[in-house]
Parts: sequence; structure tokens; C-alpha cells
Amino acid sequence: MRRNGKRYGMAVDTKTCVGCSACVIACKTENAVAAGYSRDWVTTRTTGTFPHLAMTIQSERCNHCEDAPCVAACPTGASYYGPGGTVLVNQRKCSGCKACIAACPYGARFIDPAVGSIDKCTFCVHRTEAGIPTTACQEVCPTGSITFGDLDDPSSEVSRQLATREHYTLLPDAGTRPKHFYLT
Amino acid sequence: MRRREFIRLGSAATATAMVGGGLSTNWFGLYGNPIPNPGTDGERVVPSFCELCFWKCGILAHVRDGRVTKIRGNPRDPLSKGRLCPRGTGGTGLLYDPDRLRRPMIRRDARGSQVFEEVSWDDALGEVAANFERITARWGVGALALFSHGYGGNWMNHLFRSYGSPNIAAPSYAQCRGPREVGFDLTFGSGVFSPEPTDMEHSRCIVLIGSHLGENMHNTQVQEFTTAVRNGADVIVVDPRFSVAASKAREWLPIKPGTDMALLLAWMNVIVGEGLYDREYIEQYAYGFEQLKEHVKPYTPEWAYPRTGLDPEQIRRTAHVMAGARPATVVHPGRHVTWYGNDTQRSRAIAILNALLGSWGRKGGFYIPAQAELPPFPYPSYREPGDQIADRPSPSDYPLADELLTQGVCEATIPGVRDGLGLKGWMVYGSNILTSLPNPEQTRRAIQELEFLVTVDVLPVEIVGWSDVVLPEATYLERCDELLAPAFRQPYVAVRQEVVLPMYDSKPGWWIARELAHRLGLTDFFPWQDSMEYAKTRLEGTSFDCDVLRRDGVVLAERQPIYFDEGLPAEFYTDSGKIELYSQRLAAHGFDPMPTWHDDDVEDPPPGYYRLLTGRAPVHTFGRTTNNRLLSEVYDENAVWVNAAVAAKWGLADGERVHLENQDGVRSTFTAPVKVTERIHPEAVYMVHGYGRKPKGLRFVHGRGIDDNELVTRYKVDPIMGGTGMNVNFVTFVRAGTVEAAEADSMTAGEEVEA
Repeated sequence: MRRNGKRYGMAVDTKTCVGCSACVIACKTENAVAAGYSRDWVTTRTTGTFPHLAMTIQSERCNHCEDAPCVAACPTGASYYGPGGTVLVNQRKCSGCKACIAACPYGARFIDPAVGSIDKCTFCVHRTEAGIPTTACQEVCPTGSITFGDLDDPSSEVSRQLATREHYTLLPDAGTRPKHFYLT
Repeated sequence: MRRREFIRLGSAATATAMVGGGLSTNWFGLYGNPIPNPGTDGERVVPSFCELCFWKCGILAHVRDGRVTKIRGNPRDPLSKGRLCPRGTGGTGLLYDPDRLRRPMIRRDARGSQVFEEVSWDDALGEVAANFERITARWGVGALALFSHGYGGNWMNHLFRSYGSPNIAAPSYAQCRGPREVGFDLTFGSGVFSPEPTDMEHSRCIVLIGSHLGENMHNTQVQEFTTAVRNGADVIVVDPRFSVAASKAREWLPIKPGTDMALLLAWMNVIVGEGLYDREYIEQYAYGFEQLKEHVKPYTPEWAYPRTGLDPEQIRRTAHVMAGARPATVVHPGRHVTWYGNDTQRSRAIAILNALLGSWGRKGGFYIPAQAELPPFPYPSYREPGDQIADRPSPSDYPLADELLTQGVCEATIPGVRDGLGLKGWMVYGSNILTSLPNPEQTRRAIQELEFLVTVDVLPVEIVGWSDVVLPEATYLERCDELLAPAFRQPYVAVRQEVVLPMYDSKPGWWIARELAHRLGLTDFFPWQDSMEYAKTRLEGTSFDCDVLRRDGVVLAERQPIYFDEGLPAEFYTDSGKIELYSQRLAAHGFDPMPTWHDDDVEDPPPGYYRLLTGRAPVHTFGRTTNNRLLSEVYDENAVWVNAAVAAKWGLADGERVHLENQDGVRSTFTAPVKVTERIHPEAVYMVHGYGRKPKGLRFVHGRGIDDNELVTRYKVDPIMGGTGMNVNFVTFVRAGTVEAAEADSMTAGEEVEA
């Protein structure tokens, strides 16, 4: 499944992310995402009452799970594990049945209305496989909050961040083993 | 090796897919899995600089089949460092906005009726020139005024100065950063300007006063701010709203709106009183310390507490943090600072606090910026403007204003407001003054009095509908422009280039100005054929190679000393040649020589009303970008932030739509959803500026949300420099849908607030 011997992962630093959505816009233009849709998005969660407040901002996208429920749910084999363990969709095999949308606990998938099949974050695999080491969201991020790379390479920036910083994943109890992390 | 294997695999997969494609039925499972490539790299990349806001970040625009596919940061550019904010990234949303102005138009019915006829450029420019000549012949050239915002405005500015009118004004002064420039100039002998020379990347303590970095996305500042956060700098945020910056802060001071001056004085009281200031720096460079020391004595944190609502211990503690990190402490001067009409004095207080911390000219405080020297184009001298400046009653009014006042230009257009003949003709360049100048009713009255109004813009914004002639400008991606050589950490030159040809029948600003000049007999002032010839002429004899500049977008010059510690002489261009804690110039004009608290400076909201505060969304530059499809997909309407306890009193539910009505009975045209939140002070409501737009031709933003500017019927003018304090309006809620009935309800509910 890990066809290029790498295991791509991403970490977003919630200490520095300001939730500006540059990642969202850069993804839209890099990947020519259909109008009205986004492959990544920003959430904020505020706790406390005025004036004792805390807020967490997260830039979110497909978690590229190691045990991806969407891949298991896909009846046509359109959802598959691509290079570096990315979770990808072959739109030509996709019948648009939406079983994967129901299966994904992260809301990462949508139907591209132009082709009637699933669209989602690819970890910019077209860039990484062409030798560009960054994803579009990572490259644009004005706060440098997004790191991306090979989780199996201890010298990669993402591995070093995860080794030295506290972090969490979304819905760890879902058993999906996400490869998208949040640094705290 | 592995990548190569993969490529082989990939090409085999493509072959399989081709076989599959030849079959008449989809055989699921037969296809390989080709890597989906959107192909947005295109076949060429053109460097330029951005105009989605006014920061001017270096960009790389990718072009495929004559269309711009994506815009990235230019890694060579010192402002963007290869990274962009969302607005710059979404520049194609402006270029391909389906609502763009396409052809020149001339109005054919009553002003404001929006009955236009599309005409040729020759007819449109002829009409403009004929009206300019007619007005000049009858009233003098001083009867013409230019409103301008944005880099392309340089060409129109040059046109007006060549023609002889000095009446050139920009809302970026009296409605935005003007008070800060004057306050810092009075103190350090230099304004702040843009980009602000805050050395945040080296700061150990950053103090933000109402400045919402992270929502205000000036790229370099946000990059440096988050670098400081990453490096463990102490962030102190003063804001009645729990801003994004506040969520990154060590200390958030949830101040009662309008009382910042009391806090600043209390901080000075602690820092001076406890001897925490930079003694050596103050002794060496400052004037008036003894007066200041006496002056701030009564302003204790306990004195500030009932005014600001801030815990005296928090005031003391934060003063200690600031002083502990000095001189690597920066108290940010802010940018949009026209709040309460005492804004120059508040900016003075911020400047003085920085002086006490020894931060001006010091690493981690403020650097002294350096600029690449480019010779000006060898134009003839401009005509003498004489005494035709019309923006204020007399030169003794707002004596320290160093740019023209936009609201004064409006007043001078309405008969009876000023002595003299008044203004008769306007050009409005890239500046939608109906949503940026306070009291839009006054702006409309002025427009109705005009003999002639010409607008140069990209989109059919409000002012376009009131114009006699509309000139559609090419966007920043379709035009060259004036060279950029900003004062920054490192001197450099950047170039704006035509990435793709202008769409429709739009034209670059330089072309419009030059064509008008030729029709007005000003050919001598526009001797170049195009802006690139102009740029080449300016670069001749400098070390900057035009070809390299066009290839790279940016050419850096040698770094120069930017701190006093690097041997840069500590020079202050004030009257005393020192940092003026006590300002003799202010005293001479009858103003407080040192910032002072006046109890009547700030009025409390009437019962049932809330102070209207506004700010920015990170994906938008005021109303300029709210019709951008890419950006509006992220933020498509503003909400009214209401404190949860206030909402509960009113029975307002999250998402419920309301009109706002201000203290003068002016009700918002459109509605916005209520955002019930803990993140706003109970005395205020907050909204993002730039929504509730009236033109139906702006399809993505028409009628969406509330135009805060409609509700700014009052403004308090700064007596020192004429800035318009706009946070002096109060609003109440009127439920949408059942407006008449809701009015009674809201009054009942308003009383409950008091109960």
C-alpha cells in the first residue's frame, strides 16, 4: 500500500495558526477545486465565559488515516491508498455512491458536481511525486503552522515536531489512525 | 530509485487507463490509479506584486492557456518571503470576477439613476477632458479634487498635480492611520508609515492595543507576530473583543471600549513611578521627562480601574512584563486608529510608552527602515498650487494635518459649508468613498452638488452608480505600475508586471492618466510611451537591472544598519531634536502637551444601545474583496457579535437575523445574523466592515450582511489633525422580518437590559 516507501503525515501548530484560511484558498487554486467546495477548512472552538476564555483554531482536512473507513466502505475500489499512504480517489472508478462520505468521521469528502464523483484532499500528491516537498496549504501558510513530510523519516520536519511537541489527533477513538496531527 | 519506479508504474497505469477508456462500458477495477494532477502550474510564471491589500507582497502568478491559474508568494520578496495571506492567494477571484466593469460608460439620466451608455474610450476620455476644462475655465483648477487609494493612484495623482490641483485626498489618512503618523511624528520626528517598522520577529514582548493581527492579515506583520509567539515572546492584547491575537496572548486585557488612554497613562505611571523605564535612553534622547513624571503621578492602576474595568494588578503585572523585556518590547502603533477623536493623543501615549521602554531604534522594538534610492522621472516641475487647498476652513484648523482630509473635501463641495467657490468636479480612483467615509449622507449630498464626477474602478461599487463617466481599469494582474521601493528592513525594488492582457475593454491606470493628460495639454508631463519605459528610465544609472527585476520580480539592495546599536545615528527630526515626551508644538497650538485623560472624551452608550465596533476578516480588505468569489466562499457575510449575556437579555438566538439601528434612528438597509458569543465586551457589538452592499451588480455580496458605515452617522473629529473618530456610534437590535412589531419588542427588551 505504501507505494513509495514513505508515510506522509501533516502537523498543524495550533499555537501559531491564526485561522486566516490562506490554506483553504491556496488549496482551491492549486487543485482547481469546484466552486463552492473546499478540501480543507478552519474550525475554532472557544471555551469559558467572558473574560475568562480560551480558543483553539484548527486547519483541518482529510486525515489520510492508516485504517481509513472510506477505503473499506468503497464498493468499487475507487478509494485507495496511494503514494506515501495517502488516501486517494480514482474518479474514473468512482460511481458517486457516497458510501465513503457516510463512512468518513471527519467530513473530508464531497461530490464534485462537475464529474459526479468524490473529491478530497490528496496531500498534494501531484506535487510530492513531482519532487516538490511541500503541499500548497503548507507552502502558503503565512504563520508557518503547517509541516508535512515522511513520518517514517525521523529527520523530517514533521517527525521532529511530533517528537518534541505535545500533539493530538481528531477522534482518536474512531480507530482510524489519522496521519494528521495538531501540535499544542 | 523508488520515485523512478513509481514513475514507471504510473506510466504503465496510464496505458491501462487508455485501454479501459476505449471500452464502451466502465469496467471498474480495470483502470490503474493515475495520480490526479490539476495542472495548475501552467506553462509560465510571472513575478509581480499584490494589490488585494496595500501591503504589496511579492507574488508569482502561474499562467496556463492565457489564464492565471494560481498565485503564490515570491520567495525572493522580503515582504512575503514566499508566503501569502488568503486575499493575495485569491487574486484570481478579482481578475475573473464576473461582475467586473467591462467598457467605459457615460451616464444618460439623472445622477444616481444608474442609466449608463457604453461608449468608446475616446468618447469617455473626451467627456472627462471637456468637463475638466470647462470647470477649470469657470472656477479654476482648484475646483477639481481627486480621491485615491491604491498603488495605481500614483498615475492619477501625477495627472492632478500636473494639471495644477492640490486637492488630492485618500481615506487612508483621515479615516485610518493619520492620527498615528502625527502622534509618532510629534514624538520621534518620524511617522510610522507602511510597512510598520515594528521589529516583531525579534521582540520578547508584543503589546497590541485593538490591533487584531491574524484577522488583519498584513502578511509580514503576521509572519513576524507568529514567529515571536513561536519563540515564546510575551503577547499582551488590549481589546474589548477576545480576538485571535488575544487567544495567543499571555495576558488579555478586556478593556471597556474607549478607555485605552486611561490604561496607557496607568502603564506609564507604573513604569515611571517604579523606575522601570530605560534611564540611559531617556537621559540621552528624550525631552520633557520631568514634566512627564509629574504628569503621570495621579494615573495609578487604581485610578484606571473604574474607567477601564481592568484589574489594577493586571495593569501592574503587564507593565512589569513590558519593562522586563525592554528594549525588545514593541507597543504596536496600530493601523486603523480613527476611533474616538482623541486618537492623535492616544497615539502619542503609545509612542511615549515605547520611548520609556527604549524601543525606538532598538532590536525587538522599532527598526529604522532603509529605502532604495531611485531617481525621480525627469518631469517638468509641477505648477504652483497657490492657495487652492479646500479641505479645511482655514490652515489654522487641524493644524498638524500633513495630508488632505477626505471629509473636508466633501464639506467643501456642499455650498454654504465653506467660504469660497467650493469644489465642482471629482475623480474617484479605486476608492469607494460611500462605504469608507463616515456619514454617507453627507457624501451623497456632496455628490449631488457636483458638476462632474468620474470614477476609475474595477468593479461596479456604490460610487460607480453615482458617476457621470465610468472608466474600467485593468486589475493589478493585467497592468504594469509604478516601481515599488518601500522603506523596510532591507532596501529593495519590486516591479508590477502585466501577467495577462487586460480583459474586456479595461485599461491600465497609467494609460488612462496618460490619455487624459494628452487631451488636457499636459503631454510634457507624460513623455513616456508606457509604464515600462517609465520604469526603465528611472532605473537607468542605478544598480538595479531592469531585466533582472522583470525576471525575478524583486532586486534586493545591500542591507544597511537599522538599529542604533548597529551604529545608526540616533536622530530625531522633532523641534528639539530629541524624543519629545513633552510636545512644545502641541502646547503652542493650545493642545495638551502630554496625553491627558478627559472624563468627557468618551461617552457611555445610552440604555439599550451598544457601541458599534468594527474590524476585519482575514480573507477580506474592507469592501474591496467581499465580491471575490474565492474569498467569499470562506466568509460570505458579516455577523453581529453580541455578548451571550446581552443576547440572553434580548432573547436573541444565535443566527437570528437583525437590523441594527443607531442613536440617530438610522436603520441598516439589510440584516445580518447575530453571533452569540462570549468573545465580546457586553457594552459593544462588533462586525466585520465591508458588507451590506447595495449595488445589485455585485452578485456575491449584494444584500449580504450589514453595512456598518451606514450606521456611522456621527464622527468625532480629531482637533489636532482632522481624523474622523468613528467608534462613537451606538446601535440597538431590530428583529428582521417583523420590523414594525419588533420595534416595540426591542424597546421593551431594551428596558429589560436596564432592569
